[in-house]
Amino acid sequence: MTIHTPHIDWFALSTILVLLAASFVSLLGAVLVPAPRRRTFSAIVSKLGFLGGLVTSIWLYVDSPHGEAVVSGAFYRDRWTALAQIILCGVGLATTLLSWEHALPQRGGRNDDHIAEFFALLLASAAGMAFFVGAGNLMVLFLSLEWFSIALYVMCAIDYDVEGSLEAGLKYLIVGSFGSAALLFGSALVYGATGTISFSGIATAIGAHGLSGDALLVVGIALLVAGLGFKMSAAPFHMWTPDVYEGAPTPVTAWMSAATKVAALVLAMRLMQTAFPLERHLWSVAFAVIAVASLVIGNLTALVQTNVKRMLAYSSISHAGFMLIGLSAGTALGGRAVMYYLIPYSAMAFGSFAVVAARERELGKPVTLENLAGFGWERPFLGVAMWLFMFGFAGLPVGGGFVGKFYVFAAAYDAGRAWLVVVGVLATLVSLYYYLGVVRAMYMRGPQLALAGGSPPRDRFLHVAVGMALVVSVGSLFAVAPLIDLARNAASAVF
Amino acid sequence: MSTAHLTSILIWLPIAGALAVWLLPLSKYATGSLAVLVSLIEVGFWIEQASRFDFHQSGLQMSEQAKWFGELGISYHVGVYGFSVWLVGLTVVVTAACTGYGFWVGRDRPRAYFGLMLLLTGATVGVFESQDLILFYAFFEAMLIPLYILIGVWGGARRIEATVKFVIYTMAGSLLMLAAIVAYGLHAGTFDLVNGPTSASRWLFLGFMIAFAIKAPLFPFHGWLPDSYREAPPEISAVLSGVIAKAGLYGMLRIAIPLFPEPASFYRTAILALAATALVYGSLLAFRAPDFRGVVAYSSLAQSGLITLGLFAGTSLGLSGAVLQMVAHGLVSASLFLLAGVVERRTTTGEFRLLGGMARGRPALATLLMTLGVISLAVPGSANFAGEFLILAGVFQQAWWWAVIGAGAIVLAAMYMLRLISGVLHEARGSTVADEAMDVRPAELALVAPLVAGLLLLSAWPAAISHNVGPSPKQPTSSSSAPLTLP
Repeated sequence: MTIHTPHIDWFALSTILVLLAASFVSLLGAVLVPAPRRRTFSAIVSKLGFLGGLVTSIWLYVDSPHGEAVVSGAFYRDRWTALAQIILCGVGLATTLLSWEHALPQRGGRNDDHIAEFFALLLASAAGMAFFVGAGNLMVLFLSLEWFSIALYVMCAIDYDVEGSLEAGLKYLIVGSFGSAALLFGSALVYGATGTISFSGIATAIGAHGLSGDALLVVGIALLVAGLGFKMSAAPFHMWTPDVYEGAPTPVTAWMSAATKVAALVLAMRLMQTAFPLERHLWSVAFAVIAVASLVIGNLTALVQTNVKRMLAYSSISHAGFMLIGLSAGTALGGRAVMYYLIPYSAMAFGSFAVVAARERELGKPVTLENLAGFGWERPFLGVAMWLFMFGFAGLPVGGGFVGKFYVFAAAYDAGRAWLVVVGVLATLVSLYYYLGVVRAMYMRGPQLALAGGSPPRDRFLHVAVGMALVVSVGSLFAVAPLIDLARNAASAVF
Repeated sequence: MSTAHLTSILIWLPIAGALAVWLLPLSKYATGSLAVLVSLIEVGFWIEQASRFDFHQSGLQMSEQAKWFGELGISYHVGVYGFSVWLVGLTVVVTAACTGYGFWVGRDRPRAYFGLMLLLTGATVGVFESQDLILFYAFFEAMLIPLYILIGVWGGARRIEATVKFVIYTMAGSLLMLAAIVAYGLHAGTFDLVNGPTSASRWLFLGFMIAFAIKAPLFPFHGWLPDSYREAPPEISAVLSGVIAKAGLYGMLRIAIPLFPEPASFYRTAILALAATALVYGSLLAFRAPDFRGVVAYSSLAQSGLITLGLFAGTSLGLSGAVLQMVAHGLVSASLFLLAGVVERRTTTGEFRLLGGMARGRPALATLLMTLGVISLAVPGSANFAGEFLILAGVFQQAWWWAVIGAGAIVLAAMYMLRLISGVLHEARGSTVADEAMDVRPAELALVAPLVAGLLLLSAWPAAISHNVGPSPKQPTSSSSAPLTLP
């Protein structure tokens, strides 16, 4: 008996392979490279890995104008996948720079033991996400989800000397497994209803057998939505977010807040649009409701936070809400609105956590609104970057966040949901209060605590990473047309 | 250099200056000098623009258009109408004086301060020149950012509360406007102000109007005004009341009225009533205010009401009066706030019960304040008189009682201005007024005098503006583009 292996388009998988290879090299470094050089070695490997991923995904974008499913329909090689991979690799590159100095800081030299593993996990989770965004059937969807999730669980807990880190890892593991279980169960139900796992096959089966509204199918979709909701940390599946974001090492938080959201939203859009186009009336309402819940819960809870990482965690929940407004439109305009929004959003989310990481390192304790006082004057560049991120989050025209909000509102209005625009507008108004609270804390209150003295720790790479985030965030306001063209080409693969 | 570039230069020169100030490691004096220099060059460019502008020709001039995000019909489209030229002029002159004032009093953290002042100048000029709704919105919001930080960092003791109120109020309005812009633009298929069709939607009209009424401010949306005007540094109060408030009124003139002709006439009576209320109520509050800045702040509320009367009179007389009054009041209130700063620096307070008797031995201060007082209480022959007269004549054609209310308000204006003058200059010498408190110094004179000189010029020749406003920008109402009907 011979097993017929499918034809594999290796080039379509090149980004994943490059990242995975870099991950292996970094892991080997943990064993073979002497401890003092390990940090530099693995950071350079990680940087090269993400640069390579960037090159291959850009190449894929250019080379795949007509989307196609490859590897027996298990993976989509199209611009939607490629653009998401480009964003992921960009964030990964910035995370590498941030982690170079800030992941597992040396406390008596011990922690450096695991720095190579840290970068290996970072690369592995990125590879998992790069696979996830191109998933073409429910099996790949689940496998790649677990792939990057498990890497993230370990990354959250990796700084086990810090009390919160282990707790964060455990919390994420338990709640995350719950989300994965929901997703798996949903996949099983959908398979049970339609008899196929491929996205396009599901759509065909629903159409051919008149399964629209079938109870099994509807419950399956609901569970899939819930499972993805966990990953994009949208309310009411957000409970883990603040604790995990607060407890995890800040570079990991920065990576998760930007990359996980990109992966989950991009995949959700593809899954809903490709597999369940006939059920749009169901999922678009479901996502609209989730969007409203995220906007309300995220914004109102963020108002009372004093810990900056927790506040940013709630802000990321509210931004999931904004992007879901675009997703729920279920139109090509909504698709490119979300894709565009993800670019400045991931830059701002990453950048703001990176600035927090800098402050955390110089204080040696969690950053609160109180001990942020005077930061803007002490570190002018990071201060300016932070206020640009905050105003950008709030949707003021200093960055692409403004255009992103405008686009999702336009998509919602275009889809006949003017009430979502109203909710979004009110949420933006509420969010101003806490975003401006950060600016207020940085600039308008005098420094209330004496720092340990001496010059702040050297963080050259952190500055580069924040600079990259700043360029993307502000630049996306001026380069709207080219970015929207990218997003339109990407979205045309799905819609 | 073609004249069209002047429009863009006026927007981007100060913003480039702001970047230079932030990036170059200059000393305190070099930073301030650079900022003042940039704002003076800006004034020069405006003079160039005004002299090349053809006031006899209606319609948009010196326009530039470039693709921004093309697919929704959104572009970088700037240009000027007759009235925009005057408002841009007001902006550059007032902000130059205020930047100079900041330099003179030596604001600390100079690079941040002057950078933000220049950014504010650029954004405000952008508001007056944008011909695309999204671009307009972007500049309208961009004004808020420097203002927030300028008040929050360099303001008085209760600055934090003031900024929170200010930002929440204005953003509430702006976001309503954003929703209205999205709805309007998607229906019209373009966000362009020049080619866009008119709309009959009352909801959208209200979305725009509330945003503008908060910025102006107009009764009953003036809750943020007293705190912000008192807590801001004096030169920022001057910009706020002299220029930023005019952006709200300009929005009515350029967007709310021409884009929504039917709703504007539907709500005319209601808006005129609110404007008249603002006029009378603001004047009464100004009369009761216990301090220098309070009087000027509430008088700005009253003047915004008066200008709105002119804008919504629906006659070209009222319109040209409103534009003239915008410029005249902008100059008056900016100078008064700067003088409030001058007085506060000498006495540490602006409260009338601690002030008084400053005229003796301080002739320059007395002369400046008297001149401004006389102009702002609209003595015949002053620029304000011409503006108010045109507005009242314009609104008289609507209904006579509006003109009666407006005329009554002029009497009230005389009351509060005379109270201000006597409270500061005359009466018994206040407890905080030391003998050695100096007269207006030459540098301060150099800042305020050009504004007052501008006012005197306008008093002598108000027709410079009122005859050169140009017609209100009419929307193309050809048969091909039927008015939109929106929910």
